[in-house]
Amino acid sequence: MNQRRYCLPDLESALMDRLIMAHIERGSRVLDLGCGDGRLLCRLRDEHGVSIQGIERDLPQVVEAISKGVPVIQADLDEGLSEIGDQAFDYVVLSQTLQQVLHPKDLLQRMLRVARRAVVVVPNFGHWRVRLQLLLTGRAPVTQSLPYDWYNTPNLHLLSMLDFRDLLQNLRVRVIDEVPIIRGTAVPNARLANLRADNALYVIESAEAPAVAANSP
Amino acid sequence: MASEIAEPVVADDRSVGIVQTQYAELFQPPAPLVLESGERLGPIRVAYETYGELSPRADNAIFVCHALTGDAHVAGRHSPDSRKSGWWDSLVGPGRTLDTDRYFVICANVLGGCQGTTGPSSIDPATDKPFGLRFPFLTVGDIVEVHQALVKSLGIETLLAVIGGSLGGMQVLEWVARHPKAVRSAICLASASRLSAQGIAFNAVGRRAIYADPNFQNGDYYMAERGPDGSRRFGEDGPRFGLALARMLAHITYLSELSIEHKFGRRLQHSDQLAYQLQRETEFQIESYLHYQGQRFVERFDANSYLYLTRAMDYFDLATKYGSLENALGRTQARFFVASYHSDWLFPMSQSREIVHALVSARRHATYLELESVFGHDSFLIEVEQLEKLLVPFLDQTYQHG
Repeated sequence: MNQRRYCLPDLESALMDRLIMAHIERGSRVLDLGCGDGRLLCRLRDEHGVSIQGIERDLPQVVEAISKGVPVIQADLDEGLSEIGDQAFDYVVLSQTLQQVLHPKDLLQRMLRVARRAVVVVPNFGHWRVRLQLLLTGRAPVTQSLPYDWYNTPNLHLLSMLDFRDLLQNLRVRVIDEVPIIRGTAVPNARLANLRADNALYVIESAEAPAVAANSP
Repeated sequence: MASEIAEPVVADDRSVGIVQTQYAELFQPPAPLVLESGERLGPIRVAYETYGELSPRADNAIFVCHALTGDAHVAGRHSPDSRKSGWWDSLVGPGRTLDTDRYFVICANVLGGCQGTTGPSSIDPATDKPFGLRFPFLTVGDIVEVHQALVKSLGIETLLAVIGGSLGGMQVLEWVARHPKAVRSAICLASASRLSAQGIAFNAVGRRAIYADPNFQNGDYYMAERGPDGSRRFGEDGPRFGLALARMLAHITYLSELSIEHKFGRRLQHSDQLAYQLQRETEFQIESYLHYQGQRFVERFDANSYLYLTRAMDYFDLATKYGSLENALGRTQARFFVASYHSDWLFPMSQSREIVHALVSARRHATYLELESVFGHDSFLIEVEQLEKLLVPFLDQTYQHG
């Protein structure tokens, strides 16, 4: 069944790292949620002089992160970030995971509790091929990484860029940057982004925080 | 704390083999140790053991802090025919987690203990009698101060790691707060930055059991006969019923409901039928086990030491002492490894999370795991393979990159 279905491509990891790193100031303090083996954090530490902390649920990944010298807390994002104090970080990163947690809205709020800014990458299920597929075949979309079906995909929530913007507005969150990603390339200010982008990167901060000039470093 | 429920591990080629306890005389006159209470104590004898070789740069030393009733004998055997190996033998040895082919491992008995280091059963040089309750009040800080002096006397300025569980974990935290530059990594297992009210309550009942024993004699129960290390013998004439009772109670707190259920259930000790005898003390297997633990404990532990050390635990409160936990732990550049166990109800996970919370706020290098185990508080002594997987890369990274 799956082969005949269009799958939203997952970003290639090196590209993803570059994209995220471009939005993080040098010398800042960064929390990576679902840090995996700590790859991104290693690069941030070694190339950006960033003070790092990871959170990861999967034990083998935690061991990998420890083996890279990455400080990592084993925790489930669905169970909160109780170990992390308010505004303990400058940035919190959540890459292609928001659609997989039970309560994305709660998690976004907690992210902006623990950090000044959040960098979030989400898949855009508003992509035209997803829409077309649903229209023509009547089948639910999935992302690329594994041959998932609707009943076993880790993606619990399907969202489009428009949906995500609605949520951010609802949360009274200030959007510092919105970067549509089209076939592996970041295209700032893309026309018809919600139709063309397969993923999108957002840099957000709490609207209650004092406004800082929105310059990407 | 910790009850060493683990079965003795059979010696294999990864054991450190035959080892000997060594002794250091520190804080000799005219430079006694000034205790946190303000009292002075010296000279202080410290029993310790070492395994492996200290590197020429003295940068590979790991100090192991023992729990409430532990001793300096953490690994190996004292003689070829001794039945029991060190209390954390499965962690320490060539190729083991604390790899003695690579690291120099040190373990020492605590101040106030009764297994070679100066404590209430030692002879007070002023009176030529055992200190008993005239031994000065001591704290976890005092314990660490003595161990730091020992480490220094061995020619080590900076430790690669300090590791311990339970009261040992408290010592680890005190080490980094007190000597922030002397530690490159801190490994704190099943522990807390302060004992919970529940923990104090259990300690209080244990101490009351000792005080209430008619043989307690206000702490002056030592026999004239001296032990091999010069201290007076304790046991037969001491408050052994009270001490055994304290141990039985404490032992329950080290286990989990599930581990007791698995190991003993409601099984009977002597037959498969109830005896209908009120005062039969060992009707159920769990009763027999606790009595055995209590009796065995009396043979090796001094009731006065138990009083002093549980009190030191009660008093331990890093946040109050240093203003906040963040202040206490933020002074060091050490990497931290913190682990707690789901089934540990004496040092619950929430207490480890407090430590991690402070470390993250202080922007320290913090690794934290909540480990699955059925063994309750004792898990850190038993689930050694789980620790190995995590600590080997952690120590390796610290050793390579500091």
